[in-house]
Amino acid sequence: MDLKILSAGLTIAIGGIGPAIAIGIIVAKAVEAIGRNPDASTDIRSSMILGAAFAEAIAIYALVIALIIKFV
Amino acid sequence: MPGPHISLAAETVTHLFTLPISNSLISTWSLLLFLSVFSIWVSCHLKLIPHRLQSAVEWFLEALLGLFASLLGADLARKFLPLLGTFFIFIILSNWSGLLPGVGTIGIYPEPSEFIPLFRAPTADLNTTLALAVVSIMSIQAAGLKGLGLNYLKKFFNFSSPVDFFVGLLEIISEISRMISFTFRLFGNIFAGEVLLAVVAFLIPLFVPIPFLGMELFVGFIQALVFAMLTATFLNLAVTKVGH
Repeated sequence: MDLKILSAGLTIAIGGIGPAIAIGIIVAKAVEAIGRNPDASTDIRSSMILGAAFAEAIAIYALVIALIIKFV
Repeated sequence: MPGPHISLAAETVTHLFTLPISNSLISTWSLLLFLSVFSIWVSCHLKLIPHRLQSAVEWFLEALLGLFASLLGADLARKFLPLLGTFFIFIILSNWSGLLPGVGTIGIYPEPSEFIPLFRAPTADLNTTLALAVVSIMSIQAAGLKGLGLNYLKKFFNFSSPVDFFVGLLEIISEISRMISFTFRLFGNIFAGEVLLAVVAFLIPLFVPIPFLGMELFVGFIQALVFAMLTATFLNLAVTKVGH
């Protein structure tokens, strides 16, 4: 029983590392690009949100697995 | 003290003959009824000089058309607006329906110890999101077949060289993985939001859940936008000719 809780916690903890770094890089680059070319900010913002959603999906997979371990 | 009520799968409320009616199915039907009545009512009262409601609906649809036109081009966007717009409107309303007061809290007690809510956000059920993903991927294939003819199938089955054959296999796998990622992205975001809200409201019931509700509104909007925009992007990839 303890192992179950531990593994659920570890799943989301380890699974969150990669997406966190990815979203940081995506947003940093997008802000840099907006700073260089403020006129293109709407285009850059929409592709930034798409990219961030892709990266975030990985964390969500880990979260789904953690919830399945916890509740099933 | 009992913990917050969290269930991964949608619970069965009642049976219609042998068909189990889950609480997410009840929400889906209510949402469909609301959307149909609303759209029929608005389209029956169209006037040349628009009223306030008609202006709002027209502004919203033109904003959607403009968004898809920036991804697909004006002609394709007009052609696929019924599909993409329906995805967006249905998903955003189902995401937000989970935040209404009473959804997930009003329910029945079949046994004194067991609680079953009467409503549940449709997209917080894996069946709904899987159905949406299947519709999305299948209509992308249909649009590709209609746009490029049998040339479209060359993307998947190409016997001209071993490398092309292997690339075709990878394309088939990528279509399937797109379906899976559509399903789990939407389900995971909305279900995780519901769990977050339940846990926060359980820990500190007063005032603290308000910013989380605002964040869930934003997440629901972004996920609907991402679903529609990704479908538009994949449609665009499917109907344009592959060049080397």
